Amino acid sequence: MTELKNELIHHSAADLAAKLAAREVTAVEVTQAHLDRIADVDGQVNAFLHVNSEEALAVAAEVDAARAAGGSAAEELHALAGVPIAVKDLIVTIGQPTTAGSKILEGWHSPYDATVVKKLRAAKMPILGKTNLDEFAMGSSTEHSAYGPTRNPWDLDRIPGGSGGGSAAAVAAFEAPLALGTDTGGSIRQPGAVTGTVGVKPTYGAVSRYGAIAMASSLDQIGPVSRTVLDSALLQEVIGGHDPFDSTSLTDPFNDLVAAARVGNVAGMKIGIVKELHGEGYQAGVENRFNESLQLLKDAGAEIVEVSCPNLKYALGAYYLIMPSEVSSNLAKFDGVRFGMRVLPKDGPMTIERVMGATRAAGFGDEVKRRIILGTYALSAGYYDAYYGSAQKVRTLIQRDFDAAFAKADVLISPTAPTTAFKLGEKLDDPLAMYLNDVATIPANLAGIPGLSLPGGLADEDGLPVGIQLLAPARQDARLYRVGAVLESILEEKWGGPMLAQAPVLGSATTTAGGSN
Amino acid sequence: MSVDATLSFEEAMEKYDPVLGFEVHVELNTKTKMFSSAPNVFGDEPNTNVNEVDLGMPGVLPVVNKTAVESSIKIGLALNCKIAESCRFARKNYFYPDTPKNFQTSQYDEPIAYDGYLDIELEDGTVFRVEIERAHMEEDAGKLTHMGGAAGRIQGADYSLVDYNRSGVPLVEIVTKPIEGAGSRAPELAKAYVAAVREIVKNLGVSDAKMERGNVRCDANVSLRPHGRERFGIRSETKNVNSLRAVEHAVRYEIQRHAAVLDSGEPVIQETRHWHEDTRSTTSGRPKSDADDYRYFPEPDLVPVVASREWVEELRATLPEPPAERRKRLKEAWGYSDLEFRDVVNAGVMDSIEETIAAGASADVARKWWMGEIVGRAKVADVDPSELGVTPQVIVELNKLVEDGKINNKMATQVLDGVLAGEGTPEEIVEKRGLAVVSDDGPLLEAIDAALAAQPDVAEKIRGGKVQAIGAIVGGVMKATRGQADAGRVRELILEKLGVEG
Repeated sequence: MTELKNELIHHSAADLAAKLAAREVTAVEVTQAHLDRIADVDGQVNAFLHVNSEEALAVAAEVDAARAAGGSAAEELHALAGVPIAVKDLIVTIGQPTTAGSKILEGWHSPYDATVVKKLRAAKMPILGKTNLDEFAMGSSTEHSAYGPTRNPWDLDRIPGGSGGGSAAAVAAFEAPLALGTDTGGSIRQPGAVTGTVGVKPTYGAVSRYGAIAMASSLDQIGPVSRTVLDSALLQEVIGGHDPFDSTSLTDPFNDLVAAARVGNVAGMKIGIVKELHGEGYQAGVENRFNESLQLLKDAGAEIVEVSCPNLKYALGAYYLIMPSEVSSNLAKFDGVRFGMRVLPKDGPMTIERVMGATRAAGFGDEVKRRIILGTYALSAGYYDAYYGSAQKVRTLIQRDFDAAFAKADVLISPTAPTTAFKLGEKLDDPLAMYLNDVATIPANLAGIPGLSLPGGLADEDGLPVGIQLLAPARQDARLYRVGAVLESILEEKWGGPMLAQAPVLGSATTTAGGSN
Repeated sequence: MSVDATLSFEEAMEKYDPVLGFEVHVELNTKTKMFSSAPNVFGDEPNTNVNEVDLGMPGVLPVVNKTAVESSIKIGLALNCKIAESCRFARKNYFYPDTPKNFQTSQYDEPIAYDGYLDIELEDGTVFRVEIERAHMEEDAGKLTHMGGAAGRIQGADYSLVDYNRSGVPLVEIVTKPIEGAGSRAPELAKAYVAAVREIVKNLGVSDAKMERGNVRCDANVSLRPHGRERFGIRSETKNVNSLRAVEHAVRYEIQRHAAVLDSGEPVIQETRHWHEDTRSTTSGRPKSDADDYRYFPEPDLVPVVASREWVEELRATLPEPPAERRKRLKEAWGYSDLEFRDVVNAGVMDSIEETIAAGASADVARKWWMGEIVGRAKVADVDPSELGVTPQVIVELNKLVEDGKINNKMATQVLDGVLAGEGTPEEIVEKRGLAVVSDDGPLLEAIDAALAAQPDVAEKIRGGKVQAIGAIVGGVMKATRGQADAGRVRELILEKLGVEG
């Protein structure tokens, strides 16, 4: 039995769903297998900030009971019912703490569920726990978490990307088949790239943001994290759709994603290489894997074209004005008055301003403070037009560049990140070097278009995962899944199996399988 | 608290020309809040009409209340404004514990309504046009109560309590352009303007418009400049002047205070002022500069509000007749004098009279009953005249009984009391109480003879042509018949008896 449970964690969500439907396994077995795995390896990986086995098993038991009852109770079960999932700790949940990776929210319990969490509950997907992240999703390495960094399952001395390093590492380490992430400038896709997993930032508005603690409202988007393209499509269909609680959410149904992931060919599709998103500044091993994928797509019948988006050179600059501006306002509510940490000034008068100041000084980490200060400055009278105003103009120009590019290509392609995973601590003291990790992912957020990262192989020089990014026009998320699934299958055929099969073995799984637990 | 020097209003007016400006906040009476589904209800237990959105909990998002937008457009139209086809909300960033997100979601450079005007009629009929710069949507803040200090003030308080029930209540802020040329009528205009805005929003049904509850709140800006100078003086902004009388007094006081400051050669300080009803004076609030940096930027959590022209026209078609125009129309139709009409308006019976006329009474009869009988009784009962329980049908019926000669006016008032006492319809009461004008001339003639005999000198006068003296004889007859006689008939009979033409 124990061996079977251990084997279960290697299945994709789609496979687990099929096994559950066929009653080959129970949801409790599947959930327990993942909880065991978390207990086994998370001490090394630190992907989870909170694990809620009780709730997850209770939900799993409900699914099993419904399935055992048969009839309409079984028929009404969602396809993914009983498939467990991890949730980034930026997304609020009743019954589990939500910290946003920050001391300022330590011990805080949300009185309400995020819309996506409600959808997971409605689908009866057991929520295993909450995953680690850079504080308030600000970072590209998870090193800015107030609760210690998450480690990359490919090399525990390396970063798992960020901000959603916890979700990506949990999925890469087989602690969960699925996870939710949030992506403001690449926080789903870049961790996906460096951990060898799949991550999707849907079209802005495709998934409700209600209950995702806002970092930069005009850029944030919740999306799926998984090990296969099909699994992400399945998950996006669960969490997507219009939400009356989010006025920026689209009314489009986005219900063609799973079908797109199953189309299985790219013949005749035009795939555009973005001139500005590869080459100089990109690690050689990354560039090689990227070129290899291009060749494979071409062999599969896609037409490769080159496009240029000249304004992308301003994307990082614009992003680092718009994002902190919104951050400075969104994070103002964390003041110790209504919820979370409250710190009283050590001496001097006890005024509300000083309590707010002391709370924020003690509660926020350096990166958060850095961005609040940047944003406050960028929005100040006299600077607004030069900074925030100009950045918004750049944003419009980038959107136009993409419009022009998509007139020539159905999807665009680039490496997801310029490098493979770097060592923990390597860029911690160099914010600008850290920010450059997102140079290829940020443009999609600025334009509101969807992006997907999938494993593209291992870099020759360090044997670490390389991510391939696909971009599609707004509302055309289905194209990502179609092309992504095809590229994934060609690559896996070449590798002789999933890329993660090449990852080092973690934990005690091999030595204690069949052991006493 | 030091008392500021003031000049007499007359002296201030001799030397200076006042410029006014108003920001009137109107709380809308929507069922739910501006950006959340929490109830918009006044006066409940603190922090009960709130949800996670109103409390600014992590992760929440606002959603615009469509009814609030509709109400805002109606207000804009009633103020003769243009309505923006598309407008955005903005965040006004500042840290204060009554603002749960530490920013207020408001409108900044894209108000929903702009460039309007309102014609204000002053007491003597002078019409003064006040230009409206904009009317924009925003959310109200919570309410702070400072504990432990004197008179609930923040100075010296030990701690403060915050009630977020009001947080997120929809507001429309109406901002005037600078109002020039009001001269010594500035205080009167101030009151009349706020009264007009209050009346409009009440008439539109978009606000409860109760100033004592803060449904309509006024910030009054005042500055002075020497006569003949173009450039405005430095202004003060007196916050939350929350009664019509206080608006008038606050503007008058600030004019007098500014004049004294300017006379002393000092500059006026640009600041907010607090109004004190007890002393009818203002005290210094906080310095306010045009450079207050709220770091406004477009609210990224909300899509723009789009008001299609079709929608705006639909709403325009539903607007009630503007109060001022309606008053003008009714006054002309009813033929009341200026004084009569003003009394009717002040007594709050204009609507009732309109309904009574619609039910079949003449304008004069309706006014006679409402002003002569009902208003006084309502005052005694301490209710609105319209709530006393007199329907237009009652008045029409009473009047018909009088006109048909079945009862006289004095009896009619008794019947009215019967109606109010719940004794039935006027006809039923006449029946039950046995009230009927004595129509048999026999008893009347006897009474007339007696009255003439009792006052021979008066009888002589009447015979001599002084018909106006007849009142004394009629009075005697009425007294003798305990009011049951028809005074008109009595008059006729007396004249007949004395052989005098009436």
